[in-house]
Amino acid sequence: MSALTEGHSVTEAARNRRFGPMYSRNVRAVIARGLMATKSSNWMVMLSGFFEPVLYLISMGVGLGAIVGAVQGPGGQEISYAAYIAPALLAVSAMNGAVYDSTWNVFFKMNFAKLYQGMLYTSLGPLDVAMGEIFLALLRGLLYATGFTAVMGVMGLITTPWAILMIPASVLIAFGFASFGMGITSFMKTFQQMDWINFVMLPMFLFSATFYPLSVYPQYIQWLIQAMPLWHGVELLRQISVGIFTPATAIHIGYYLVMIVLGVMLTAGRLRKLFLK
Amino acid sequence: MRTNVVWVPELVSYEELSSKPTRSQTQGDPMQYVITAENLTKTYGDVTAVDGISFSVPAGEAFGLLGPNGAGKSTTMKMIGGVSQRTSGSLSIMGLDPESHGPEVRAHLGVVPQQDNLDEELRVRDNLLVYGRYFGLPMSYLRPKADELLEFAQLTDKAKSKVDALSGGMKRRLTIARSLINEPRILLLDEPTTGLDPQARHILWDRLFRLKEQGVTLILTTHYMDEAEQLCDRLIVVDKGRIMAEGSPSSLIREYSTREVLELRFGSERNATIGAELEGIGERVETLPDRVLIYAHDGEAALEQVSARGLRPLTSLVRRSSLEDVFLRLTGRSLVD
Repeated sequence: MSALTEGHSVTEAARNRRFGPMYSRNVRAVIARGLMATKSSNWMVMLSGFFEPVLYLISMGVGLGAIVGAVQGPGGQEISYAAYIAPALLAVSAMNGAVYDSTWNVFFKMNFAKLYQGMLYTSLGPLDVAMGEIFLALLRGLLYATGFTAVMGVMGLITTPWAILMIPASVLIAFGFASFGMGITSFMKTFQQMDWINFVMLPMFLFSATFYPLSVYPQYIQWLIQAMPLWHGVELLRQISVGIFTPATAIHIGYYLVMIVLGVMLTAGRLRKLFLK
Repeated sequence: MRTNVVWVPELVSYEELSSKPTRSQTQGDPMQYVITAENLTKTYGDVTAVDGISFSVPAGEAFGLLGPNGAGKSTTMKMIGGVSQRTSGSLSIMGLDPESHGPEVRAHLGVVPQQDNLDEELRVRDNLLVYGRYFGLPMSYLRPKADELLEFAQLTDKAKSKVDALSGGMKRRLTIARSLINEPRILLLDEPTTGLDPQARHILWDRLFRLKEQGVTLILTTHYMDEAEQLCDRLIVVDKGRIMAEGSPSSLIREYSTREVLELRFGSERNATIGAELEGIGERVETLPDRVLIYAHDGEAALEQVSARGLRPLTSLVRRSSLEDVFLRLTGRSLVD
């Protein structure tokens, strides 16, 4: 046994690394776990998340679009109704996926599966767990966005190479919502409180110029909607889908950058409350 | 010099590992304390879960926290692991404060929580591998280690099973195997055998005993006195967040109880009234709702005295004193409600 003095072993080497109280530079272990779990059990859930916006696109875009006909796109040009709502649906799915992953999923893993309880009894710090979970949410968002963009291409709704940029833009939108969602979850204690999240999300989905232009509303409602994050996502993707950029594009991107910074700060500040009770 | 290397050496290729030995906190002084708690206190709002407890645990000891549900045992464990913040007092694990050095402290710990929190989305062997990754350990180390631990936990043939297909005892063993993946110096076991059948408990005790022989410091909470007597070198009896007594199981029994106990049952209505008539027999008479306990050096002699007084119990039993009796003496209550 004496040949194995401490300091020689792998476990000893791992122990001798220096960590802060919140972070152990091991986000990849959390990510690896998520990928492994997805591989073995979650892929059905993932598949349904992909089909949701596709089904909306077919029913509303193709079905409803037959009555609506052509509408005016961001640059004033005529586009099909399906091409009009497709980027909005992509923004909505980026939001939904990110919010689901960062709120319900985190809430469940924390309070029922006790997954984080196990993780936090290891060298992992709360920041490793939070960053890993957010990364997984974004990765999933990336897959959905890629799939949906491909469907748009197949349906002939893509007319410009710029449209490929919808994929990273969707990830930006997802990041904004995911970083905030986790911070908000740290305040939640019951299922009833979790339902408030849906109460905010559903109106945002329906009214953020998703299915018709903002101009139908009176001015003060327009302001209210323009203050909401989803509208900026819808507008951003809609502009990218036709490759027409205005100064407003920068505002939309800026909105999400600010949201990400504030969301990450909120989540980081709430980490102890979130994971260490 | 003591080493805390737990596992059979040939399974890990140490050649590939760093050649520079680094001194660690426990080296050199075998009696150095690996855990020191002073006036440790935790309050949740108005409720004081842990009320100023102090204790020290030397390396290699099996140390128990014995007490009923709600005594503050689990809260103490959480504070040791740095996953619950103390309200006041000081705590040092391997010379580090778990609150400011959580990940570093936990790198030395293995934790078996009260409720299994295995990763149900992963298969049995993957649970070990992934958990090891959380410690930043390389796969080249983890693969043989996982197989070795599955062997130790008698789960080798379940390696590819789903976690929810395992029995309660198997899950518990897997949780213990998982807690050993980082070769911990200190193993925290929060009620390790609660809810297991007797056979599963004995298998577990055997595994824990082997770990103890290998020099792992065991910190164990339990409300089973037989478990504490089997496993613990030393223990503290905790009630309502406070330490009621401290010592080895045998010294506690010597100090707070007699050598033998005579248990008498007179029927639930008559226990209380007859209890009074038994005063004077043995050193102490304890009347419980379901039975009367007579603490005496010689239980058989005490039983003869009971008969001599013309009392005919429905059942009588002479047994050795246990920690249960110590707890009853200290708190006036039974350990398991």
